[in-house]
This record gives sequence, structure tokens and C-alpha cells, in this order.
Amino acid sequence: MSDNQASTETEENQVARTDVREYLTFSLGEEHYALDIMAVKEIRGYEAVTRIANAPAFIKGVINLRGDIVPIVDLRLKFNVGEATYDEFTIVIVIQIHDRMVGIVVDGVSDVISLSREERRPPPEFGVAFDSRFLVGLAKVHDHMVILVNIEALITSQELGLVDVATQESPDVDS
Amino acid sequence: MSIDLNQFHTVFFEESQEHIDTMEQLLMAMDLDDPDPEDLNSVFRAAHSIKGGSGIFGFSALGQITHVMENLLDQLRNGQRQLSNDLVDHFLGVIDCLRRILDQYRNGNEVDWSEVKAVSQGLEAVLNDATVEPEAGPTAVSGESGPVAENEAFGFFEPEEAEARPETDQTWGLFEEPASPVPAPSVETAAEGDAFGFFDEPAAPANTTAAPKPTAKPQHDKPKPKPASAESSTIRVGVDKVDSLINLVGELVITQSMLKVLGEDPDNLDTLKMTTVLGELERNTREIQESVMSIRMIPVSFVFNRFPRVVRDLASKMNKQVELVLEGTQTELDKGLIEKLVDPLTHLVRNSIDHGIESPEQRLAGGKPEKGTITISASQRGGSIIIAISDDGAGLNRQRILAKARENGLSVPDDLPDAEVWDLIFQPGFSTAEQVTDVSGRGVGMDVVRRNIQQLGGRIEISSTASVGSTFTIQLPLTLAIVDGMGVAVGGQTFIIPLVSIIESMQPPRANLKQLAGSDLLHVREEYWPLLPLHQVMDIEPRHSDPAEAIVVLIETSKRRYGLVVDELVGQQQVVIKSLEQHYKRVPGAAGATIMGDGSVALILDVESLADIVQEPVEETV
Repeated sequence: MSDNQASTETEENQVARTDVREYLTFSLGEEHYALDIMAVKEIRGYEAVTRIANAPAFIKGVINLRGDIVPIVDLRLKFNVGEATYDEFTIVIVIQIHDRMVGIVVDGVSDVISLSREERRPPPEFGVAFDSRFLVGLAKVHDHMVILVNIEALITSQELGLVDVATQESPDVDS
Repeated sequence: MSIDLNQFHTVFFEESQEHIDTMEQLLMAMDLDDPDPEDLNSVFRAAHSIKGGSGIFGFSALGQITHVMENLLDQLRNGQRQLSNDLVDHFLGVIDCLRRILDQYRNGNEVDWSEVKAVSQGLEAVLNDATVEPEAGPTAVSGESGPVAENEAFGFFEPEEAEARPETDQTWGLFEEPASPVPAPSVETAAEGDAFGFFDEPAAPANTTAAPKPTAKPQHDKPKPKPASAESSTIRVGVDKVDSLINLVGELVITQSMLKVLGEDPDNLDTLKMTTVLGELERNTREIQESVMSIRMIPVSFVFNRFPRVVRDLASKMNKQVELVLEGTQTELDKGLIEKLVDPLTHLVRNSIDHGIESPEQRLAGGKPEKGTITISASQRGGSIIIAISDDGAGLNRQRILAKARENGLSVPDDLPDAEVWDLIFQPGFSTAEQVTDVSGRGVGMDVVRRNIQQLGGRIEISSTASVGSTFTIQLPLTLAIVDGMGVAVGGQTFIIPLVSIIESMQPPRANLKQLAGSDLLHVREEYWPLLPLHQVMDIEPRHSDPAEAIVVLIETSKRRYGLVVDELVGQQQVVIKSLEQHYKRVPGAAGATIMGDGSVALILDVESLADIVQEPVEETV
């Protein structure tokens, strides 16, 4: 009997483990966010950008990333959180989605966390700066809430205007 | 074990394409009375190679046609048959068909078997004619079994017929005259027309012909854009170029390891050695860059070689006599550019034949030789390639262009300078052909030509003298990947202006700056140049808002000339064009971006689109 029970437990664990995903957490102002680590290409310090005329203020400009011209977006400006200051601690997360790279400016990068399916809760409807379209869930890490961002939907969204409309893709809904 | 046959297919398609081109060129260059046996052998071998390859890969349509072709060529080779103009024409028609079938296979489309059948039967008909008495030619053919209409179609071109009436045979136009009553030749016309996608053959009355006609046409319109992309996916490179690249990379590796050794002990840095190695690295890099660029370069003969055919077909269609002269065919140009040049150049050549060269009678009356000449030349001048298409025809008709411009609702003064009159023909919907022929006259041409060339970063200019001829000159950058640019700075940001568009840079004397209706003008070179402050366009705080303290870069675009106001000139340099669209999107006013020596990004200005922002100066009333 007890043997039997133990084996079912392991199976459940296995199921849970296979659905564990890793997320990179970052902060914007006082809020904590996380994005799928598979989309992260690299993390680097903020450096001088080349401004692009007539682009919205949250598009800081473009940088040279080893020969590629990569746009830099300041999410703090876009979503009006925190203060958009630039110093030696300002962080840029370079995201790669399909063949496109985008750098996002955040206040800080904190940790890589693993979340299983049951740890990922449905996203809140309100109370976050992001539109709920770009959220996939909520998780409790240590003693604060982390909001899971669907970075692909965000980067390719029309709202950000980073991509010409023709190349847009429908957001990938995470279950 | 599965072998990916597709990789072999690509090679086969490429080789067959080359064989087809070879056959076409050789046939056209062939001396009819005394054909070079070596050339005939080459044509034979080309047909044979296609046949062999198609057999292996199961492209039986190609095999079927080339097989009959081979037999016919064999007879020519052995002297059993005389080569004639008609026969060459027939072969050219067949070659067009082969090319279409090849495209169909390449694009994975259904092969038009009725056409294959018609063509191979046509060839067979010619083949069988050799045994027939010369005089009995036409009747014997129609008496044969099999699809009569098709046999007539090709039997008509048989050699003896041509020899029978040498007096009328002054142009290739021989078959055009009797063509109308006989339904047959429409097969031939259709085949030729489709090959270039330009002729809209007025074949309606000839529709009684057999199957190939209606099926051939719609089907050819569709695959047209695709071959281009298939072509651009691979590139053939000489082994010597690859070898030299490998050598250079070897040197680079050595230099790199030398630098590594030097860098391991930074405290005792041998600066002299360091300088030498860095110099070496610089040389290596430059040579590798040149070597890599040269891989993308192919001779312009790649496009030029198709023009003898275009000229031949069209001249015979128009009953004109035209000699084509090709110059500088070994000039090398970026592969991407060359592929995109095909359409504009073809259009210009067709225009020259249709509008430029006069009919033999008119030419004789004007005291010119009967035969007109079209010269296509390519040459390299600095960082650009110049391609000129000139004819010794009638020249552009100034009065007619002006009249047409007024008809189109443009207000043009009578004393407009010639250059500006010629520029009018680049307007959309502009054609001065008195009647719309199937060759040209619909006015959908020159504006597209100019747009295509501009997209390649080039320019087109016209010079023309009445009854002496006209010349269309195209200036193109050597390659799309690297441009010569002038760095300019505005408020701490650097921009690159392509050097080809810059006429001059200057600090404008205050006395020459004028104001007109709120916009600044600069009077220089006996012209008033509208000024466009770059800081306004790019929304930057400039160092000098007063143009007299700033630098004005005089820019010439195809639309207009203007002066770009910048803070200072940084210097001239070659820049590598990087795409902005790859990770971002198009930026208005920027043609791309580049990376400067310090690793920062600079935008390359799109002077053509900036010209649209320039306020139109009020006409010469200043």
C-alpha cells in the first residue's frame, strides 16, 4: 500500500518537474516582473544610444550589438513606472524573439527563478502597469509577488511599434 | 538511406540554365553561310548535357525536346543540312520553351505537356523535311499525319522556303508578312513573347491554332517573379577567389595569435611590435573585405548577354535594322545589383529600338546608314559603375514631350532647359509614342525604370540630340553593402551622407543667404538652393541655428537639389550599411545605419526621401 502511494507521488512530481520553467526576474520601480529566460540573449549595462528622430520617447534609440543594430526600449517610460534615470547600474536585457533582438531598459535584474505549473497563478486584472494582454501569470517568490510577462507579445505588439505591422505575430498564449 | 536529391536538382537547374544560355548565344552569333563546326559542336554538347541530366532526374519534358534537337543539330554538324535564318529562329523558339520548362520544374509547377509535345513535334517536322524535295516543302508537310496545325506551324520555317525568296528577305521580318492568313506562326510568336514577358501578342485572330497558345500564356505570367529569387539564392564563385580568401584568413589567424602573445604581458608591451602587428591586422582586414566583396561581384555580361536576343526579336518585329554593340562586358558589379538591373535595362533597350531607331527608309532619307546602332557600355568610374545605352536614332522629341506634359496637366514653360524636358518622361503615365504598340507606348515604363534604379541607390540621366540620337546613362554604386559616405555632425550626433549625392560643401557667405516666404535659400552656382536644416528633420538641438555659421552640404537627388544644413563635417569614409529593419523598422529619412570607428551607431541619410521634405522653392522669380 505505502509503496504504491509513494510511486504515484513521484509520478506527480515528475509531471510537475517537466513543466518547470525558468524565469528572469527584473524590477521596474517598485514592481517585480519576470520573463521567460529562453527569450533572454544577454544582460548588459546601459550605454550611449544613437537617438532616432521622431520615435516615441520610450524608444531610446539604437545600439551596436556586435554588428547588429538593436533598438533599446525603456519600459519604465513606456509604462510610467519608476524613474527613468541612467547610471552605471542601469541594466539592459537583450531579448531575442525569432530573429529579432530588442534591448529593454529595466531598473535591475534580480534572480533566475524556477516556477512549476501550480506556482504560476493567473494574472491580476488590474493594479499593474502592463496591459493584461502582456501578462501570463503571477507568482509568489519569497515574500513578494512577481508578475510574469509575455515578452514576445509585448515586443511584437503594435503599442510598442517596434515591428512593422506586416511582421507581427499573434501572441503566444501560455497555459 | 535517403539522399536529398534536391541539392543535385539545384545544380542541374543552374547548369541547364547555363547550357541554354550558351546555346542561345552561340546560335545567334553563328555565321549562317559558314557555321563554325566547333560552335555547332558546343550547341550540340549543351543540348546533350541537358538531355543527360534530365534523364537522370526524371525531367523527361526537357529530355524529350533536347533529344529531337540533338538529332537536328547532328544533321547540321554532319553537313546534311544547311543552317538558315529560319532554322535559327526555330531553335531560339525551342530554347525559350526549354527555359520555360526549366522554370516550371524549378518552381515545382506542372509542366505544360501540350507545349512540350507541340515543340518536339515541330522539331521533328523540320527534321523530317530534310528528306523531302525542296519545292514540295509546304505541301508535303501538310500531307503528313499527326496534328496538322502544329506541323504547319513549324514546317513553315523550313530552310528551303527562305532561300526561295531571297529578295524579300532583307529583314528577319520574312515570316511576319505571310503570317496573318496562316494560323500557324502564332505558336512562334507566343513562344517569343512569353520569353520576355513583355510582348502582349495580338494573337487573337490566330487562335484557331492548336493547344499550346492559350495554355502557354497565363501560365507564364505567374512564375515570372519566382526565378529571380531562386537565382539569387546561390552564387558561383571562381576557385581562385575562394583560395585567396582562405589564404587571407590564414594570415588573419597568424596576426591574431601574434596579438594574443603581445597582449599576454601588458606590462612589458613592445609598442613598436604592437604597431607593426596592428598595421598587419589593418591590411589583413582590408584585403579580406575586398576579397569577400569580390565574391559577390559578377561581370555585367550576365545581363548584357541577353540583349542580342532582345534586339534581334524586336528589330524583326518592328521591321527595323539594328546592330547591337556591347562594351565593357567584363566590368564587375554586385550580383544583387545585376539581377535587379535586368528589367530596367531591358526596358531601355526596347525603348531605344521602338522610339529611338527610325525605320530603314527614314534613316536613308535622313542621310544615315540603313542600319541603326545601339551601344550598351559598362565602365567603372571611381566607386560607381556607369552603364550607358545609346542609340543613333531620332533623339527625344522636345515638342512632343512638352505637348504631352501639358496634356497631362503639367504647367511647363516653353523655354524649359533640355535636361528638364527629358526628365519629364520619367513622370508616371508618360508616353509620347504616337500609337500604342505592343512594344511600348503605354507610358508605364520610364517612371518604373527610374524608381528601380533609385532603389539600387543609382541615378539615371538622359542626353539627347535631335536626329543624332539619345543616351541614357545609369550611375550605380559598386555594391550595395558599402558606400562612400561623408560624416556630418549635428548637435553631437553623427550622420552619414552618401558621397554620390554630394556636390559640394561650404560655409555659406551671409550675403548669399536669402529668405523667401519663410524658407531659406542659398544663392550659389547661379542657382537658388532651398535649405533643409538637418536638426529640424532629426529633432536635435543644433550648435548653430544660423545657417551662416553652419555648413551647407549641397545635395543632388533625382527629384531636386537642395542644401542640407549641418553643424560640421566629420570626414569622408567608407561605411558598411547595416539594416535597421532587421531588429527595428524603417526610419523615415534614414536609408540604414552604420557602425563608426568608436562602435557607436550612425544613421545613413536617405537624401531622396529628405528631398520630399524640402519646401518647393517658388519658380525662378527671386
